[in-house]
Amino acid sequence: MRILVVEDDHEVAEYLKNGLEESGYKVDCAANGHDGLYMATGENYDLLIVDRMLPGLDGLALIKALRAAGRQVPVLVLSALGEVDDRVQGLRAGSDDYLTKPFSFSELLARIEALLRRGSIGSDVVTELKVADLEMDLLSRTVHRAGQEIDLQPREFRLLEYFMRHAGQVLTRTMLLEKVWDYHFDPQTNVIDVHVSRLRAKIDKNFDKPLIHTVRGAGYILREAD
Amino acid sequence: MGPGTFYVKLTKLLRTSTFQLALVYMTLFATSVFILLGFIYWATAGYMARQTDETIEAEIQGLAEQYQRQGLEGLISVIQERTAKNMDGSSVYLFTSQDGQYLAGNLLAWPEAEINEGWINFHLDERVAKPRSGDLHLVRGRVFRTEGGMRLLVGRDVHNLMEVQELVSRALTWGMGVTVALAFAGGLFMSRSTLRRIESINQTSREIMKGDLSRRIPTRGSGDDFDQLAENLNAMLEQIEVLMEGVRHVSNNIAHDLRTPLTRLRNRLENMQSHTHDPVQAQESISQALLEADRILQTFNALLRISRIESGGFQRPNQKVSLKELVADAVELYEALAQDKEQTFEADLHSDVEILGDRDLLFQALANLLDNAIKYTPERGHIKVWLERGAKARLVVSDSGVGVPSAERDKVFERFYRVDKDRSTLGNGLGLSLVKAVVELHRGRIWLEDNDPGLRVVLELPYA
Repeated sequence: MRILVVEDDHEVAEYLKNGLEESGYKVDCAANGHDGLYMATGENYDLLIVDRMLPGLDGLALIKALRAAGRQVPVLVLSALGEVDDRVQGLRAGSDDYLTKPFSFSELLARIEALLRRGSIGSDVVTELKVADLEMDLLSRTVHRAGQEIDLQPREFRLLEYFMRHAGQVLTRTMLLEKVWDYHFDPQTNVIDVHVSRLRAKIDKNFDKPLIHTVRGAGYILREAD
Repeated sequence: MGPGTFYVKLTKLLRTSTFQLALVYMTLFATSVFILLGFIYWATAGYMARQTDETIEAEIQGLAEQYQRQGLEGLISVIQERTAKNMDGSSVYLFTSQDGQYLAGNLLAWPEAEINEGWINFHLDERVAKPRSGDLHLVRGRVFRTEGGMRLLVGRDVHNLMEVQELVSRALTWGMGVTVALAFAGGLFMSRSTLRRIESINQTSREIMKGDLSRRIPTRGSGDDFDQLAENLNAMLEQIEVLMEGVRHVSNNIAHDLRTPLTRLRNRLENMQSHTHDPVQAQESISQALLEADRILQTFNALLRISRIESGGFQRPNQKVSLKELVADAVELYEALAQDKEQTFEADLHSDVEILGDRDLLFQALANLLDNAIKYTPERGHIKVWLERGAKARLVVSDSGVGVPSAERDKVFERFYRVDKDRSTLGNGLGLSLVKAVVELHRGRIWLEDNDPGLRVVLELPYA
């Protein structure tokens, strides 16, 4: 998997490159918008990480130019501005996700993984999700584990659906808030934890092998225990 | 006060715009007075002079007619007759032949040799007249020349007229002088009083610039324009002082509030340093340190966010937002927290209210309010959220917690303000500041009420 990092701050670029390479990605860096656009159109990257403020060509302009050239590569925007209207602008310009500096690396990794996965799933209509012995029917909106029906509230259903669609991926609390509740805000307490633990109580409590796991310092992951 | 300072003071006075204005006014006024006095002079003294000239003219004309009708003899006798009648010598006559020989009149000789015709002014000295009272009266006269070359002088003693004229012109000159002097003195006086008041403003500003923000410009209480200026400046100073106080307060609090987590962060790092041999312990310390760093960043982000919202970094929100939907979502999210504390959590949303706003910011505000309500309400307490439709949309969050003493109800919106002074308790003290900033961005109001027991937070927002 090849990632292009367009970032003018050398230190941040280096930090991203090292971290991503440790996680197994191949990383190229561009220090300004023009180089970034040139590299992004000239070569095939699986993902772009673009800083919002760039010398030469601004990050959003870069994305617009890229989209205008017909490139559909997923783009994650990094920004120090980090306010809601900036995020909206960023998404409107054609980026796929938006992350505010300072960010934790685990948050970035989780989002990168989600973006890359989305590219591979494509747009097939899925009617059933299955992880280990947990099954979800999206049409009848029912959930079974080991043949036993589990009664879920609508929001719990959406939460579990998101987990199952991203099984095996780390999902951060902010990602859950954004995708499941569809609000971009900063909860003062970890209200998300309460909801996840309720979901856990329903799908994991009476079974031997738990499926939802806590990833320290990052968030949660749904996967079959080894 | 030496002469030097007096000079400095005077130049300062002369440079004031009030004095310059007074000077312009004085010039204008003096010109008007000058024109007025000129008219008075023309109408009085001038009139008398013209009158004299006219009589002389008329008399010459009369005498010329006499000459034509009765010849030389007749004229001489008329002149003699008139001279005889003119006992006080106010009228002056002299009639001479072609070669300058005296023929008639009360003058002895021509005052000047070369006069042939026209107006003359001369003094009655012993050469031309018999000495009378000793003083040399001025005479104004006109000389008429007959066809034969004889000359006739008819004049009037204008001594009295001159006196009157002099009196009038002296009075007018003095009047003019007094006017200018009074205007100048008035200008000085006015500028001095203006200067004194401006100086008091300057003095106060200098003291304020030196750092004493509590100083205020004195007012006279007369409500004049200077008082109004002073009152406005004082109101401005008041606001500046409040703002400065706020800034000082906030930076003090930032220092306080960040010192605690930074100290903890430092402790973790220190702990890590001494436990390098124990990987499990080190890992634990690293996680803790990261958590502390995140908390500090969160506080900074919240601060930046508030100031961005307050300084208009956001566009005026213009999405249509259904408060009912928003509240329902927030309640659904936070209900779980309340249930963990066995609190009853009730939402009364029978009426929907639409407003123009930013749904993420509004949700953030609501989340902060619900979070606070749950946090500060003891277990098994009651929390209620409802919407009201009035002149404006109202969103109320009430709880049965400890509440906020009425004296502190305005202060809780200040950054880092905490009712509970123990800084080790949860939260960063920015929650309500953010709520207030969001509400004000939406042109709304927020206030606290007593829920008896507990607290009631009321948000008032304009409809879409």
